[in-house]
Amino acid sequence: MARTGLVPGTDDRVGGHRYVGAMTAQAGPPPSGTRTSEPQGAPAAPPPDLGAALSLRGLWKRFGEKIAVKGMSLDVPAGSFYGLVGPNGAGKTTTLSMATGLLRPDFGTVHVRGTDLWQRPDEAKRGLGVLPDGVRLFDRLTGTQLITYAGLLRGMDRDTVASRTADLLRAFDLTKDANTYVVDYSAGMTKKIALASALIHAPGTLVLDEPFEAVDPVSAANIREILADYVASGGTVVVSSHVMDLVQRMCDHVAIIAEGQVLAAGTIDEVRGEQSLEDRFVDLVGGRSTGEGLGWLRSSSASS
Amino acid sequence: MVAQLVRLKLTLLVNTFRRSVWQTVGLVVASLYALGLVTTIVVAAVATGAYDPAAAGLVLTLGGALAVLGWWLIPVFLFGVDATLDPHRFVTFAIPRRTLLTGLALAACISVPGIATVLAALGSSLAWWRAPAVLPIALLSAALGVATCVVGSRAVTTALAPLLESRRYREVLAIVALAAVVLVGPAISSVMQALGVAEKEVDGSSVTVTVGGGEGLVRAAEQLAGIVAWTPFGAAWSLPATLYDGDRAAFAGRLAVALASLALLWLVWDRALARSLVTPAGGGRGSEARGLGWFGRFPATPLGAVAARCTTYWLRDPRYSGSLAIVPLLPIVLYVSGGASGVPIVLIVGPVVAWVLGFAVSNDVAYDYTAFALHVSTSTDGRTDRWGRALPVLLFGVPLVVLLVALSVVLTGRPDMLPALLGLSLGTLPLSLGVASAISSRFLYPVPKPGESPLKQPQGAAVATMVAQLLALLITAGLSVPAVGLTIWSVATGNIALGWAVLLVGPAVGIATLLVGIRIGARTYDRRAPELLQQVLSFP
Repeated sequence: MARTGLVPGTDDRVGGHRYVGAMTAQAGPPPSGTRTSEPQGAPAAPPPDLGAALSLRGLWKRFGEKIAVKGMSLDVPAGSFYGLVGPNGAGKTTTLSMATGLLRPDFGTVHVRGTDLWQRPDEAKRGLGVLPDGVRLFDRLTGTQLITYAGLLRGMDRDTVASRTADLLRAFDLTKDANTYVVDYSAGMTKKIALASALIHAPGTLVLDEPFEAVDPVSAANIREILADYVASGGTVVVSSHVMDLVQRMCDHVAIIAEGQVLAAGTIDEVRGEQSLEDRFVDLVGGRSTGEGLGWLRSSSASS
Repeated sequence: MVAQLVRLKLTLLVNTFRRSVWQTVGLVVASLYALGLVTTIVVAAVATGAYDPAAAGLVLTLGGALAVLGWWLIPVFLFGVDATLDPHRFVTFAIPRRTLLTGLALAACISVPGIATVLAALGSSLAWWRAPAVLPIALLSAALGVATCVVGSRAVTTALAPLLESRRYREVLAIVALAAVVLVGPAISSVMQALGVAEKEVDGSSVTVTVGGGEGLVRAAEQLAGIVAWTPFGAAWSLPATLYDGDRAAFAGRLAVALASLALLWLVWDRALARSLVTPAGGGRGSEARGLGWFGRFPATPLGAVAARCTTYWLRDPRYSGSLAIVPLLPIVLYVSGGASGVPIVLIVGPVVAWVLGFAVSNDVAYDYTAFALHVSTSTDGRTDRWGRALPVLLFGVPLVVLLVALSVVLTGRPDMLPALLGLSLGTLPLSLGVASAISSRFLYPVPKPGESPLKQPQGAAVATMVAQLLALLITAGLSVPAVGLTIWSVATGNIALGWAVLLVGPAVGIATLLVGIRIGARTYDRRAPELLQQVLSFP
């Protein structure tokens, strides 16, 4: 496994702030009136943690009738490997889109290492590497060209881009497909090339929405190793996933969200207590049915 | 099972009404249009049948053949237009193939074009209401004709599916189709002219082209119908007319052709479906390109990167390269259509291509589709984005337009027009680009997504598209007034000095518009980039 030579930006506070409880949901009435940092009537959240890799405060987002995110506040400590888990439709993608500058929140603030993302997007986005879910790539470019494009858009010089592109292609095992057009890549390869494009500028914080979807087990292990290395050298990673087992093994912090709110957040051990993360998750989110009434599905009664 | 498939298709059709307002409006408009068309066809057929059954038979045969041709060919070019009942989706259900085939065939009739074809076919067979003995055969032949349309269409698309699933073939086909659409007009007009000219020579009189053409057209149509009636396209439709004429032998022969071709199509479809059900979609080796391509040629800056990316797309994405492929055809089209009237229309080719190329970036972000997220997450600023998209068009547009102007001047033998036309063209290119750059960070409308046929119009795009394009058109037209006015003045008075004035004024106004347009566009972009992304994400 080749090291990518990516040393994340500025951080030196590995495993900095760890606190639980304070970032549980701030549920309030639906937002109204002018744009403020917090909907009126909601209890005031603590001020943003300016040292955190990502600090979300009172994020609200409404799509038509549906309120997707309801007063989300969350701190991602610098140097942490942070898992965001929740059932489908919990608001993971909406939250991460707002946290990375892809979707303007109705209310609330996002700070990336103390820089207000929505006030000073250029500066804040420089420290972010983003893998959005559900967007396409410029797939008429080859793998090499796509990573190069991402690097050049970030304002990097040609030589650095070239050497890092080669490193990334090697690290993600894409060297032999470097000259193939991305449109002809498999789903897993597409995920990997998108991740490589997000890493090219050695961001201090990586925000990855469902990075392991459609990725084969070998590649997934590769990616996990790259991400673990990256965190070990001081970077911060936020991943969303609904594979609890993966999050429990990989991450040191986790937030469980459902219906646009944080149900629990903190280090893995703090959140899961004595249980497995999956059981804790099911307890918190609820709605599990027992599987009764499928007696006919048992093969012993297949004759009926 | 057959009934279930038909019901499924009906449900899908009804559900399109619930999806979005624009889709509902689109479907209603399409339905009304189809209803109007069907009514016109039926009324015309019944009326013609009343006083001239022979003519009605002729028209029905040719019209029917055209419908069959349309049903067979259009889906090949507009691939994926109706994938609601893609056979691949039924792979996991254990449905006997014969049942699946019958169900899919009947279900294919349940769509706006399907229902319209059925109604038009059955309705126009009423043209034989004066001849009760023929009427039952007419209705039967209509059913046979519709079956030929539907089964043939499915047979062709299913048999070609392995080909159509390959991206490269799809792209080539799409560009061929685009070229065909462009060339249809001039082809028809030159055929008409040829017929008209032939007629004039035969008569030796000074009949007008239209009258002469009409006579010649009827004769040509009769000959054509005679041939078409023996092919799978027209055999079914020609049956009532043949019976009416009392030609027993021909009737038997054409019936045989119709039945045999239907049977053959069914067989082809059956075989192709059997094969496609065991061959999963996808696969195949992708194409490659070495090195950095245009990224190595443009400067290594964000601006250079955007320009390199856009250049790559102009050459590699059929949605862009299709419009480039048309450019060489335009002088031909204009030359042919101008040839008859003696007006050198081909002279406008330079300015027209300049306008089209500039306008092409007016919806660039929608063409990026959600890949645009990269520009947002890298915080690419408006100036870089706008200039990066405009630069490639300027770089290849200027030489292209100069070449076309030179060609048109040589073709028409009007070197005196060179300065004015150059000025107009070189002015229109940046002007049109400037307007497009400003508009495109404000208005987006759905376009074919990456990988879709450039001919495919996304549903619900019509009204929004028209408003945005109309606005851009009006602004462009308004700003073109000085250069166009001077050009017309120069032509009208024959004053060549005025032509040289156009060469100054045109580019001056154009470049000023480009600078201001990109400035406005960039400012809007910087304010709205995340909103633009959300808008493309919301496209159906």
